[in-house]
Amino acid sequence: MSTVSDTVTQGDARPPADALDVENLEITYRVRGRALHVVRDVSFRVGRGESFGLVGESGCGKSTIALGIVRYLARNGRVTGGKVEIDGRDVLAMNAGELRKLRQSTVSMVYQEPGRALNPTIKVGRQVAEVFEIAGAPKAQALDRSQEMLEKVRISNPAGVMNRYPHQLSGGMLQRVVIAMALAAEPALLILDEPTTALDATVEAEVLDLILALRTEFGTSFLFISHNLGVIAKMCDRVGVLYAGEMVEEGRAREVFSGPRHPYTVGLLRCIPRRDTLKAHRSLDTIPGSLPAPGLVPDGCIFADRCGLVEDRCIEAPPLYDVDGRPDRRSRCHFHERAGTLPRVIPPEREDAPGERPDRGAVLINAAEVSKTFHMEGETIYGLVDVSVELRAGETLGLVGESGSGKTTLARALLGLTAPDKGSEITLDGEPLSATTSERTREQEKALQIVFQNPDSALNRRHSVQRLISRALSRLGGYSGEALTARLRKLISDVRLSERHLSMRPAQLSGGLKQRVAIARAFAGDPRIVVCDEPTSALDVSVQAAILNLLTDLQHREDVSYLFISHDLGVVRYLADRIAVLYLGRIMEIGPADQVFNPPHHPYTEALLSAVPTLEYSDGERIRLEGEIPSPADPPTGCVFHTRCPRFLGDVCVNTEPPLAEAEPGHAIRCHIPLEELRRLQGKEVSVAGADD
Amino acid sequence: MSIVDIPVEDAGALAAGRREIRRDIFRDLRRSPTFIVGSIILLFWIICAIFGPVIAPHSPYAQNLLGINKAPSSAHWFGTDQLGRDMFSRVIVGSRDILIIAPLATLLGTVLGTVVGLFMGYFRGLVDDVLGRFVEAFLALPVVVTGVIALSTLGRSNLVIIVVIGLLFTPLIARTVRAAVLLERELDYVAAAHLRGERAPYIMFVEILPNVFAPIMVEFTVRLAYAIFAVLTLTYLTLGVQPPSPDWALDINANYGVVPAGYWWEVLFDALAIASLVVSITLISDSVQGALEG
Repeated sequence: MSTVSDTVTQGDARPPADALDVENLEITYRVRGRALHVVRDVSFRVGRGESFGLVGESGCGKSTIALGIVRYLARNGRVTGGKVEIDGRDVLAMNAGELRKLRQSTVSMVYQEPGRALNPTIKVGRQVAEVFEIAGAPKAQALDRSQEMLEKVRISNPAGVMNRYPHQLSGGMLQRVVIAMALAAEPALLILDEPTTALDATVEAEVLDLILALRTEFGTSFLFISHNLGVIAKMCDRVGVLYAGEMVEEGRAREVFSGPRHPYTVGLLRCIPRRDTLKAHRSLDTIPGSLPAPGLVPDGCIFADRCGLVEDRCIEAPPLYDVDGRPDRRSRCHFHERAGTLPRVIPPEREDAPGERPDRGAVLINAAEVSKTFHMEGETIYGLVDVSVELRAGETLGLVGESGSGKTTLARALLGLTAPDKGSEITLDGEPLSATTSERTREQEKALQIVFQNPDSALNRRHSVQRLISRALSRLGGYSGEALTARLRKLISDVRLSERHLSMRPAQLSGGLKQRVAIARAFAGDPRIVVCDEPTSALDVSVQAAILNLLTDLQHREDVSYLFISHDLGVVRYLADRIAVLYLGRIMEIGPADQVFNPPHHPYTEALLSAVPTLEYSDGERIRLEGEIPSPADPPTGCVFHTRCPRFLGDVCVNTEPPLAEAEPGHAIRCHIPLEELRRLQGKEVSVAGADD
Repeated sequence: MSIVDIPVEDAGALAAGRREIRRDIFRDLRRSPTFIVGSIILLFWIICAIFGPVIAPHSPYAQNLLGINKAPSSAHWFGTDQLGRDMFSRVIVGSRDILIIAPLATLLGTVLGTVVGLFMGYFRGLVDDVLGRFVEAFLALPVVVTGVIALSTLGRSNLVIIVVIGLLFTPLIARTVRAAVLLERELDYVAAAHLRGERAPYIMFVEILPNVFAPIMVEFTVRLAYAIFAVLTLTYLTLGVQPPSPDWALDINANYGVVPAGYWWEVLFDALAIASLVVSITLISDSVQGALEG
């Protein structure tokens, strides 16, 4: 009766085939009559119960491969060669009916945006039940089985969730529902394409844990696609590194990440800020040049023009060598034995190391008890509640927190883009700053500038680069004529753009170049404080590294202060001197970076740090936050964090809001737990396992 | 030092790709049969409007009382009317007035509508509320009825038609522009302009306006078709273009009474001309919309 059980028994009866076997896969897109070979000669297999990761920067063909495997490519895309077998069956030879059956029962996909995977007009329960009905379950049974399935993905109130519409659920909850639907048919292969990229760090950590647990429970094989090396390291047994549509390295995840054997992987890993690298000590390395346009790759080794180990031999395309004679460890490099010796592009030691500042500069900005309340559709949303921070000359203050924590609101209040509530006080050099830009003096306008997260939105797409920067130079810097041209040249070279970029419009530039234009514009008026609002989150890691280096250089040269907003703790740790951790519009912890990142710290900081998937394989127990971030319209009583706190004490947390108490000089924590107790609890990681829920 | 100066990601290939895409929009248009057909018809009428008197085999005004109501023949392809004037020449030259009045009226409406829309979308709040009431009030006015009233009180001249139709189109265009501006003003480049201390007119006209040009273009072509229709309707009601112009609607008005007598050619070719002009504009506006929205 049930197709699901049929396929499962069939599968069991046969000799165990790999869940997925891809051989010499070629995928071609036809764009305007031209054939672009976007995926070339990609081979890998995913064994039964195995988790295989595909990693690479944007445009390397990760998602195209995933879509090609289930033959779900866009109309202009075709699999032009190779073999794809799922569960031992040749996918490329299937007709439409067989393909439909395959997608019903043998392979499922989970995409990045859970909100778009569900129909907004149908209740969640109905949608999950539909999967069971397609698999042949009778209607009544389907609903019961849906509820069971939702329980399995750790949804605490499955009956309630089933009765709701997708828009009433949070992103993390939706992704659980999508995962439940994907696993409902007990597929042999589950393809996860960036499943947690759109989620907050703590929610991501929970979903990743869930996926790992379900993998053990269901014995499903995974093809896991991500641009985030840390996530892949955590989730996958084996990994394939893609570059410009080709697999350049393959092997066990741990081996690839600890001893990469292809120069691209080596370079990529060096771009990521590690736990112990700080801007004061060393710059990040970068990969020179940029990814070739999809389908337009050079002859010979595709990485040769960006590679520091390039030699004459690289004119001939390297095959996938077995590394150390092992067939499960492969590298597409003639010199894979010495890939690790790839010379750094950026010298590690700063020649003019900024060093630790012994004396802290003068206070530039002082924000005292800044609050911002939004009124929307009858709801009162507490965006910021009594936030006090100061920013000193030449210092970088990192703002950390999940979405809705008030990071951007605070930055906008300082900039004068959002007027804070009455009673908030912001001063610059001791002079009060007006709530809106139009009431500020010329000098005050000049002093504060911003680099936005998304350069596509921040740069007027109708203006040329020259116009974008010149306007800022004349408005803020007061330059004109010859002086303006000279200053423009200098600024362009400071951000490492060249003059040929001047006549281009933003759409003609890559993401990294656009962000350089935005940085040049922010520095045009010699600002004293630059707000960096997630300036690298839209960029690939190799481009991110170059931008972070640039920001560090500029800070050193121009002596500006940064207010650096990021959800990426690795980046903040690398760049920030001091860090403020925000949760629901309140500062939970503020202090020097090393003190905030090391115990004793606030339980929320602890959880944030523990949530980040890193490349450092540590065996330490992880702290997980239960549930979702509460709505800022209806914050919890007492300590706002008590609903999710892993170190919840009891009534005191529910009833009384703890003060932001100074733990050490310059380091304050908002928690009822005494400092000594925090130190004891967080000192040894083992004790974390027994933490209360 | 050179090693520190990181080679910037090469924009060349990417830039070429993007430029190609923009060129592709034009290529799409050129390859779109809708656009080609629409353009050919429109171009034909524009040529007629400009060179009509030269092309026309006869003077459109020359009466020949000995040859009235003649059926189409090799001498008079479209026949002659009640005064013996050559219908073919009249249809050719008749495109002139409508192709001057309708585009000017639409242009006036578009310019005014864009300004009003920019103000409403940019300032929101009170400005939006107050202007919004006016826009809504104007939207409630039926174009032809209002046109009839305005023309019969203000006098019948081409200038009055242009102003009346332009004003009646203003709220429609303002509404479209306002919606586009509301989206644009939330983008960060507007915030960046505020941080540079730019004034509102600069932000509206230099920063935002170029970015809402596409919807304005589409709206212009859509409105143009309506404007042609409105002008011809008013002319048909004898309130628009005045005799002795060989205007199509004017001719239809003058001649429809004799159709039952069998003189169909005195109305048919004018009607076909009107239909072809309106259809050509609609085809162009459809394909432009399609190309811009990709």
